[in-house]
Amino acid sequence: MEDLRKILAEHPFFKELKEEYLALIVGCASNVRTDAGKIVFREGEEANQFYLIRSGRVVIQLMTPNKGPVVIETLDEGDILGWSWLVPPYIRHFDAKAVELTRMIALDGKCLRNKCENDHHLGYELLKRFSEIMIKRLESTRFQLLDIYGDRS
Amino acid sequence: MATAPDLQSLKVDYKRNPMLPWPFHIKRVKHETEDTFTVELQPSGDLAEFSFQPGQFNMVYVYGVGEIPISISGDPANAKILVHTTRAVGTVTKAMDKLVRGDILGIRGPYGTPWPIEKSSGQDVVFVAGGIGLAPLRPALYEVVAHREKYGKVVLLYGTRTPADVLFREELEGWRARFDLEIYVTVDRAMSGWRGNVGVVTNLISRAPFDPRNTQAFVCGPEIMMRFTAMELHKRGVSNEHIYVSLERNMKCAIGLCGHCQFGPVFVCKDGPVFQYNQIKDMLVRWEI
Amino acid sequence: MKAFTIDHTELNRLIGILKELGYNVLGPTVRDSAVVYEEISSINDLPIGWTDEQTNGTYRLTKQDSKSIFHWTVGPQSWKKFLFPPIQKIFATHKRKKEVDLPNLKKMSTQEELPRKNAFFGVRSCELSAIAIQDKVFLDGPYIDSIYQRKRSDVFIIAVQCSKANSTCFCVSMGCGPRAKTGFDLALTEIINENDHRFLVEVRTEMGEKILSSIRCTEASEEDLSTANEIIKNTEAHIGKSLDTQNLKNILYQNPEHPRWERTAARCLSCANCTMVCPTCFCSTVEDVTELTGLQADRIRKWDSCFTLDFSYIHGGSVRTSVKARYRQWLTHKLASWLDQFGTYGCVGCGRCITWCPVGIDITEEARAIRDNQM
Repeated sequence: MEDLRKILAEHPFFKELKEEYLALIVGCASNVRTDAGKIVFREGEEANQFYLIRSGRVVIQLMTPNKGPVVIETLDEGDILGWSWLVPPYIRHFDAKAVELTRMIALDGKCLRNKCENDHHLGYELLKRFSEIMIKRLESTRFQLLDIYGDRS
Repeated sequence: MATAPDLQSLKVDYKRNPMLPWPFHIKRVKHETEDTFTVELQPSGDLAEFSFQPGQFNMVYVYGVGEIPISISGDPANAKILVHTTRAVGTVTKAMDKLVRGDILGIRGPYGTPWPIEKSSGQDVVFVAGGIGLAPLRPALYEVVAHREKYGKVVLLYGTRTPADVLFREELEGWRARFDLEIYVTVDRAMSGWRGNVGVVTNLISRAPFDPRNTQAFVCGPEIMMRFTAMELHKRGVSNEHIYVSLERNMKCAIGLCGHCQFGPVFVCKDGPVFQYNQIKDMLVRWEI
Repeated sequence: MKAFTIDHTELNRLIGILKELGYNVLGPTVRDSAVVYEEISSINDLPIGWTDEQTNGTYRLTKQDSKSIFHWTVGPQSWKKFLFPPIQKIFATHKRKKEVDLPNLKKMSTQEELPRKNAFFGVRSCELSAIAIQDKVFLDGPYIDSIYQRKRSDVFIIAVQCSKANSTCFCVSMGCGPRAKTGFDLALTEIINENDHRFLVEVRTEMGEKILSSIRCTEASEEDLSTANEIIKNTEAHIGKSLDTQNLKNILYQNPEHPRWERTAARCLSCANCTMVCPTCFCSTVEDVTELTGLQADRIRKWDSCFTLDFSYIHGGSVRTSVKARYRQWLTHKLASWLDQFGTYGCVGCGRCITWCPVGIDITEEARAIRDNQM
């Protein structure tokens, strides 16, 4: 637990979070280890956790009928994986697969959700941080959408 | 397909007319990816060597078809071979794509401002390339690698569409095998089988190993990509004075006389194509300048 | 500075002498209801008795009951048509089996007329300034336009001081007139009244002096000089428009999103007339053409205009797709960027763009509108 607390406290995502909230979050945290090739979560599953990647690599992919799985993004050490736990219907929209041996800290989203309902300050702090990630992902995605390297670039 | 003519028997004074191309023979044509190819050229006639600086370009003439600006993509230390890498997207490049060893191309150049590599002595050097933008940066990479001891960390961030579009794959793998170069490649999307990064090239910036306070960045690719890259670099702490981009505009003469390449008050052919980002960033975000 | 007077009949001799010396004499003549510049052989080719009225989008040439030769201002053409021709072959390559000849530059003239020396007869002050501006563009950069250089050397220039101004003139604002001060060999001022028709001739060069010495002339009197001076001052007083150039460059640079651009773009047809008639516009394009057998490929340079859609074409699209962007490019280049590029304005105040614009867009009005409502 002590070890986890330290890791979380040092991560930029949790920077400046009040001590009591950090303790709260640690309470919902656990270490996970995923072997190379194993699925972390699948599209359609209930979204109850989000992950902080400590080492390894996870790919976000979408299965297509004619081309097989298409990889949209790769996430590495320090990245946050998964946000569908935050907003209803709390369902995963993509597959996530570890392509190397990956160690992550899993945070119990369901548990955190309840805590946020009770303490709105905590809710705001978390949402603030997640918005930043989502916006960055959205910008990147839009960029990818432009297909700038294609014929019309 | 008729062979291109031998542009020999020159009785012309080249210094007097900068619009006359010099004939070069094609030594080799290499198809890099589906739409991109490289030609290796040798000067003919009295011209024994062709020197250039990384970042410069030539006007390349295909007999009877037309002439277009193409960045030089070869090793500046090898003046006997002239290398051009280009996508086959227009009339001239498509005609060029069909040429073979022995055919002739007319060359005028080298033109334009080079990558200011000498300014990077003692600093970290970051190359950020998007798509075909790796080609105009490659000569700079060659030069930096050839004088490796002069620089701090050397990083290449290269983004392209899909793994099939990765240029100069063997060369990149060779560079990556060295312990003193950091090569990161990312693609916009990939099928399974690709073990590398997926995502936009700007995503690689925040984690790349360089000291933003002591770095020169050379950026080349589609204009949108250069704008976003410069923003990310700036966010990471690289000053706009230390970021250089390479612009492209319509060119007919490459010698500052036809007016086509004007970008605000600057002529991309002679005041560029390499520009300090600071100098042009305000114009770059304006529409239709 | 030497000045002489000659009778108007001596002009014919002047033309004759120039031709004897091997000059191609190019001067004003009337064709298709306008004063244009072409090869002239005698005084009879000149626009004797003609005068013009020019306003926004209007040019009217009328014959008057007068013998005056130069009582008109500038027409749709400028001297750039000789120094920087609208269509110019740059080289021709010939393919014979596996060999190709690139042209011998000296032999290239067999494809066009032999480059004889040119004499420009009747160059206005604004036009002299325009030639000087194009000299900077084509001869002062890191690369010289060798064709312009060839055509420009040995040009003998006979300027003419304007005896009238039109409502579209604004040479005074641009510091380009109406008095021609420099850049010519001889300058004529037409002095005409009931009894007398003669010309004051100012001499600036040795060549001018030499040629003048072959015709009948008398040294100018104080009265002649004073009369000529009055004529020019009178012209100056009637200059139609003005353009405030104070800080103009920065004003234009700082207002790329000014609503005026949109407004003017709605009127502008992007027909490129203004760039064709403008004496300083220098944009060109290059075409490579092969004739049917494929045995000859020529490279041809042609006038081009930033108003065309594909002027700025790259990678499947143009940078300036809207008319607004193209109009803004043209005006900003003329009155702002040109200063940074060449150290002068790209405009001499000749008013041609105003006269020949089919919708009468006025460059002085545009500059004023942006200045008055700066953002």
